[in-house]
Amino acid sequence: MITSKKNKTLRAGAIITAAMLLIIIIGAFWTPYDPNAMDGSAKLQSPSLAHLLGTDNFGRDIFSRVVEGAGATFAIAAATVAIGLVVGMIIGGLTGYYGGWLDEVLMRICDAIAAFPSILLALVLIALFGSGKYKIILALGILFIPSFSRIVRSEVAKQKSMDYVRSAKLMGVGDMRILFVHIMPNIVPVLLSTVAIGFNNAVLAEASMSYLGVGVQPPDPSLGRMLSEAQTYLMSAPWYALSVGIVIILLVLGFGLLSDGLGGQYDA
Amino acid sequence: MLELKDLHVRFLGAEREAVSGVSLSMAPGERLGLVGESGSGKTVTAMAISGLIERSRVELSGQALFEGRDLLSCPRQELRAVQGRDIGVVFQEPMTSLNPLMKVGRQVEEVLHLHTDLPPQERKALALEAMEQVGLPDPPRTYEKYPHQLSGGQRQRAIIAAAMVIHPKLLICDEPTTALDVTVQAQILALLGDISRRYGVGILLISHDLSVVRRLCESVAVMYRGQIVERGRTADVFQNPQDEYTRRLIAAIPTRKRHE
Repeated sequence: MITSKKNKTLRAGAIITAAMLLIIIIGAFWTPYDPNAMDGSAKLQSPSLAHLLGTDNFGRDIFSRVVEGAGATFAIAAATVAIGLVVGMIIGGLTGYYGGWLDEVLMRICDAIAAFPSILLALVLIALFGSGKYKIILALGILFIPSFSRIVRSEVAKQKSMDYVRSAKLMGVGDMRILFVHIMPNIVPVLLSTVAIGFNNAVLAEASMSYLGVGVQPPDPSLGRMLSEAQTYLMSAPWYALSVGIVIILLVLGFGLLSDGLGGQYDA
Repeated sequence: MLELKDLHVRFLGAEREAVSGVSLSMAPGERLGLVGESGSGKTVTAMAISGLIERSRVELSGQALFEGRDLLSCPRQELRAVQGRDIGVVFQEPMTSLNPLMKVGRQVEEVLHLHTDLPPQERKALALEAMEQVGLPDPPRTYEKYPHQLSGGQRQRAIIAAAMVIHPKLLICDEPTTALDVTVQAQILALLGDISRRYGVGILLISHDLSVVRRLCESVAVMYRGQIVERGRTADVFQNPQDEYTRRLIAAIPTRKRHE
């Protein structure tokens, strides 16, 4: 059953993630300063009561920007995982359930996608689609499809031979109903931790892409882009890079622990 | 009602046929026990009848006529119409035969959902009635429960309720009591006999256990190495077995005398 250690991991992950989510949600409605408001008289100020995390090279409040950037990164990660999950459930479900040539064809395509280094493939896709918020969601989403497909496929294949599925078949239940009404709910536990890991990867991927300048475009804030901006001022304003970096770490850590804890919950 | 004609089944890649030339007929409402040791082909025979064999994985020949329709060659659409409505199946493992994430009542109802146009209210009423008949305690409450909240015997009752709620013509029971303890076993057998007599449901009982067959079935067929070696009324076969293998099988039933 549930070991207390795993339970602690899960709890820690849940607390960090919930705290981040809370800040992000509040940030969507209210931030101490307008994240894009520049103040020429207050450039690169160190943290103070007026500016909790200081200001950047345009005099913008870093705290407000970090919150807004975390929100953007979070939204992109969520959309990316959603694409990967939904398409992965369909592809994985069909291949796992039917097997045969359909399985071979779709899985080989997935293998081909997964064989590319992910950043490289994302760059290729960005080059094809162009950059920007929605383009990067699409590119990362495509990148995520193979891993979700594989996991769903193996789980569906496992469930397929269970007696309850055979019973359903013998009742004359149609294939699609068996797959999506009977089997899918049973693989949700496995999917949960996969989603958490996927979220993690998506946050990092988005940050990397934006850091490289092919992700979210100015003036939309994004953690990756802020990090690349902060790099220039690493010596004069270290709090800038640090605060952005710590937020990325907290996001990833929260989901990492969550995924680990969830995996442990259902392993037993 | 059901007639097997020279049924052959060979799994691709296997040397020996799993079922080699089985012919068997069942009258409506008949309770027939199909006995044999593991690997004798009894389960494969039942799978062929219920349409559970993946046609691409086996070499099939012969016929399995159910009310004149050949279940081995008819289109999937037709097969699906027969499955569940006319032929119900009860498996050995009550622990895994129910979907763990679906309410028990919903699972009993599922077959009505598929094969009738009844409105939800009536479906639920029929499901509750079936649950009552199989002796599940407090049907309205059990309806809302999940499988893990039921005992092994209760689950098997729920599975039987799901199979008989639509009053099929034939129930195929594959070792329905093997996973249950002896007292529950006796109750489930009594229940199956009761349902069969009350609704005229034919029962094809697959078992390795002759004493189980003797309790439920009026006739018996003995399978050995993919063939039926003996078929007759249960009482006759037990009293006067014709085949050498049947004799050995009957001799293997533990009796009180031998234990003393």
